[in-house]
Amino acid sequence: MLWVAVQEQPRIFAVATVGSALFALTTIGQAYVFGAITKEVIVPSIRDGEAGRASLAVAFVAIMVTAVLKVVGIIARRLGAGIMQYRLQATYRRRVTRRYLELPLSWHQEHPTGELLSNANSDVEATWYPIAPFPFAVGVIVMLVTTLGLLLVTDPVLALVGSIVFPAIAVLTVVYSRRMSPLMTRAQQLRGEVSGIAHESFDGALVVKTLGRERDETDRFRARSEELRDVMTAVGRVRGTFDPVMEALPVVGVLAVLLAGTSRVGSGDISPDQLVRVAYLFTLLAFPVRAIGWVLNELPRSVVGWDRVQRVLQATGAQEHGAAVLDPDGGPTSLSVEAVSFAYGDADVLREVAFDVRPGRTVALVGQTGSGKSTLASVLVRLLDPDTGRVVYDDVDVRTLAPGALSEVASLVPQSTFLFDDTVRGNVTLGADLPDADVWAALRTAQADGFVAALPDALDTVVGERGTTLSGGQRQRLALARAVVRRPRLLVLDDATSSVDPQVEQRILAGLRESGSASTVVVVAYRRATIAMADEVVFVEDGRVSARGTHDELLQTSAGYQDLVHAYERAEAQRAEDVRDALAAAESEVTA
Amino acid sequence: MTVAADHDEEQLDLPGAAGTMDSRGKQRGAFATLAHGIRLTPEFREGLVVTLLLALVATGGRVVVPVAVQQTIDNGLMGDGGPDLGLVRLACGLALLAVLVTAFANFLTNVRLYRTTERGLSALRVRAFRRVHDLSVLHQAAERRGSLVSRVTSDVDTMSTFMQWGGLLIVVSAAQLTLATVLMLFWSWQLTLLVYVCFLPLVLSVKVFQQRLQEAYGVVRARVGEMLGAVAETVVGAPVIRAYGVQDRTAARIDAAVDATRAAQVRAQRIAAVTYSTGELVAALATGMVVVVGVLLGVAGEITTGRLVGFLFLVTLFVQPVQVATEVLNEAQNAVAGMRRVLGVLDTPTDVADPGDGGRALPDGPIGVRFEQVSFAYPGGPEVLHAVDLELTARTRVAVVGETGSGKTTFAKLLTRLMDPTRGRVLLSGVPLDEVRFDSLRARVVMVPQDGFLFDSTVADNVRFGAPGLSDDDLVDAFAALGLADWLEQLPHGVHTEVGERGESLSVGERQLVAIARAYVADPDVLVLDEATSAVDPATEVRLQRALDSLTRGRTTLAIAHRLSTAEAADEVLVVDAGVVVQRGPHCDLVAVEGVYQRLHASWVSQSR
Repeated sequence: MLWVAVQEQPRIFAVATVGSALFALTTIGQAYVFGAITKEVIVPSIRDGEAGRASLAVAFVAIMVTAVLKVVGIIARRLGAGIMQYRLQATYRRRVTRRYLELPLSWHQEHPTGELLSNANSDVEATWYPIAPFPFAVGVIVMLVTTLGLLLVTDPVLALVGSIVFPAIAVLTVVYSRRMSPLMTRAQQLRGEVSGIAHESFDGALVVKTLGRERDETDRFRARSEELRDVMTAVGRVRGTFDPVMEALPVVGVLAVLLAGTSRVGSGDISPDQLVRVAYLFTLLAFPVRAIGWVLNELPRSVVGWDRVQRVLQATGAQEHGAAVLDPDGGPTSLSVEAVSFAYGDADVLREVAFDVRPGRTVALVGQTGSGKSTLASVLVRLLDPDTGRVVYDDVDVRTLAPGALSEVASLVPQSTFLFDDTVRGNVTLGADLPDADVWAALRTAQADGFVAALPDALDTVVGERGTTLSGGQRQRLALARAVVRRPRLLVLDDATSSVDPQVEQRILAGLRESGSASTVVVVAYRRATIAMADEVVFVEDGRVSARGTHDELLQTSAGYQDLVHAYERAEAQRAEDVRDALAAAESEVTA
Repeated sequence: MTVAADHDEEQLDLPGAAGTMDSRGKQRGAFATLAHGIRLTPEFREGLVVTLLLALVATGGRVVVPVAVQQTIDNGLMGDGGPDLGLVRLACGLALLAVLVTAFANFLTNVRLYRTTERGLSALRVRAFRRVHDLSVLHQAAERRGSLVSRVTSDVDTMSTFMQWGGLLIVVSAAQLTLATVLMLFWSWQLTLLVYVCFLPLVLSVKVFQQRLQEAYGVVRARVGEMLGAVAETVVGAPVIRAYGVQDRTAARIDAAVDATRAAQVRAQRIAAVTYSTGELVAALATGMVVVVGVLLGVAGEITTGRLVGFLFLVTLFVQPVQVATEVLNEAQNAVAGMRRVLGVLDTPTDVADPGDGGRALPDGPIGVRFEQVSFAYPGGPEVLHAVDLELTARTRVAVVGETGSGKTTFAKLLTRLMDPTRGRVLLSGVPLDEVRFDSLRARVVMVPQDGFLFDSTVADNVRFGAPGLSDDDLVDAFAALGLADWLEQLPHGVHTEVGERGESLSVGERQLVAIARAYVADPDVLVLDEATSAVDPATEVRLQRALDSLTRGRTTLAIAHRLSTAEAADEVLVVDAGVVVQRGPHCDLVAVEGVYQRLHASWVSQSR
């Protein structure tokens, strides 16, 4: 993965790594300058009681030049690493979301929304997290190798001290994160759970309040919150153990250097300035060595993120397309559904569904919840491909249509309304170049012109996630206008008016009839008024077409259909009976 | 993420005038906010002084190296008679001891700090959580759900990060600087002055850097939010994007958002890099000046070689505090903002409060309801209910009907004391509602809200929410009593069926069935039903009506009816129009006379039959 990163962003990686190496070398350089100044300037000057102006100037300039070079290194490293990390994140976010757009709806249905969102967000982020300290770590390795080499040249004893202390810091960093990361993972998980409880509990605040369960809810929250507290306290213990050790190690190293160094100076093996230089080097190196630990630390998380991202990028199952096209202005299409079967895993949803709709006719799909109507609606506009059987518009199998050709002729208004974080106009046109007059006409048909005109910026009002809040019914009407404005030759409405007032729905349906003479309409319906608008009813039971005909015919011929549409009346009758029972019961109680 | 929130439009009209949660305490300064927070959370204070003292001891370790270097050079190496190994050994031995002591103090500081702060934060979190539930519905509704959640989660977390890292760092850095300064003054006041002159401008400009950085991070956060929104569209809007073939347009929108995010991130990174490296340059400048001036002083006999070299080591102690200062300041600001938001919840008064032990319990037996001259206005809004007088006989079923916005749901909220009337009073069995203890009130008066909210658990757990401690058999009996035995049977795992997040594995109607069972096991004497408006498929509709009938039988019931069939079945109908009761009587009487009810009924009949 680190290798992939280098391949994807070679130039910026080079900048960051060179910067980091520069940083490493100048850090060592600082120690050398420091040692040299001690030896050449400080010691002789103070010993001899006279200071050369030139040597002082050289010392000052040497310090500043090293520092400037170091700063250049730091900036190149930090910026380079940052840019590399952010570019990689951006690239992979783009790739993942592209894939989301390419994969068929069936693939989306198999993956929970939350998972897909975190694939594109936190997983991509986690994958490229080690990139930030990576060039730093490379630089540190350069630094370490150089240091050990220099130490060896200076004095083998001091080199021995160095070769114990620095690897020990790196190893400890890894041990530290190994101990820490399960706790951190657990803490993160608990934070999620604490937040989940709060979310749910506040969502259900009314229920909690009206049933007087505040105390129990607080206890539930407290239990998880205290678990988090305990994990974080354990984090404090681990950190409390390791941090002081990490901080003390280089200090102990310096002390060891001083101790060993003094006797080496005494025996004449090294000079005092070399000793000072090594001591200073230890002080400077202690912190950067940890960067190696950081990279190692982030790697496991990164690998997990990478795997998840790859699962999306390598997912297969895009729909096959042909090259056929249909004339977008050809008037209503005919629609024929031929022996369509569809299953989600093992669960059969549609079984050999077949029916025809003649051009310009309106058909209502009626059935119980879970009978397969919504799936059928999705199959009609090829959001899903049937396992067997086919859907045909005007003698053209929809699978042979060119990409994009289907949406030129058919529009679906799905059950759950989705609005883009965009203006009203953008949500209706979806980027198509349509005159405002057309947009208004569509809004009128969808009975949305009234409230849109009342919005602060009318067509330019931003709606959706972060825009003006609309009611469920208003959102549905915008979604409807989005379909109507395209003058589709086939319009599929999947219970698209459920949140709209019945009177408003009536006006919408009437509007569709008037303006929609150019469409063949398939409508999934619950309300009787909606059904009544249809020329014909297809009654779906258990994934099969169990009856079809006009509403009146089906009332005669299909017991199931009759049951369904009469359920309201039966509810009424039942209630009346219950009321009588209740009255009787109350009376007998009184008399008793 | 953005699936339509299909609430009744009437619920959307709760005005936000009660949203004063953030205005409270906003005037308070940073220190006052922290002080107030600590006052409200005594857990923070436990052993704090000892912890801070330990932190100071731990800081001592930072000057060990410079002192040891100075001693080694001045007395060990440069001393009279060549290197004195014994002295260096002694110095190093003492230094080692100091290192061990400070390491131990460091250990204790961390452990203690985590223990106290986590204890305090957890207590604060729980207290804020409870307060949210104790707030009136008006306050709850005035605040976005996510915002309430963040007040007990991420806002508390920002405090935690600050207290355990930044806050400690401030203390340690201050101690480190003080200690270094003292030592430096002891060695040479002239050089100390010089170091201060070098670092002063940097210290003064920290604030500026920090503001720029915070602003840049603010932009990053906003861009990330927008990008996540755009990404979410590809997932949540998957059907629409495919149905309309707008993949390219969506991709372009995402690209724009992704690029904007990257640009903002790079910009923030640039500012951070510059800030960080400025510290390095200043340190180098200080070092250079110390060398030059120090040598001159040394030549004049004012400072020894060892002290000068030790001094140079001390200068490094200045770099880190200055470098991290911007970050710590950022964290401190976030922590104070977080604290302010949590305190905002705790400081919001519970305006519809439980009278507690001073209150009364409702008398046993059936409960009658009386409204006396009850008026109600939402804060800052016009009056929606005007001086209503009303008497509901115990054990009758009353339906309230009226157009959207007529004020009919206000009745439900006043009767359950989710809100208090602005004038007049509500009495239950003669007891004024605001004198009734909540445990008594909530046990006897139960509301079935419109959306039948369910918790992400089993059917059983959800029903038990109404009466904890019931056995599974009791629950099955309850469903049977409501005529729902057949429905329960067709669930995959009976009462142990998981209902999913917000109950979304069940249909809307089925969720209402569970909500009805929940109210049934609570066995209240007064029931308030806020009828759902959303369409339910007919089979479930039949079950719902049957269950509601069993539930309301023998209880004083006020049903906010959106369907006139409910009104037809009620003992009495109250017709509300523009905040007053305009008609009341049984359905058969009302429908026969010209008026609001006849009109409503006629329009309803034409739609549904």
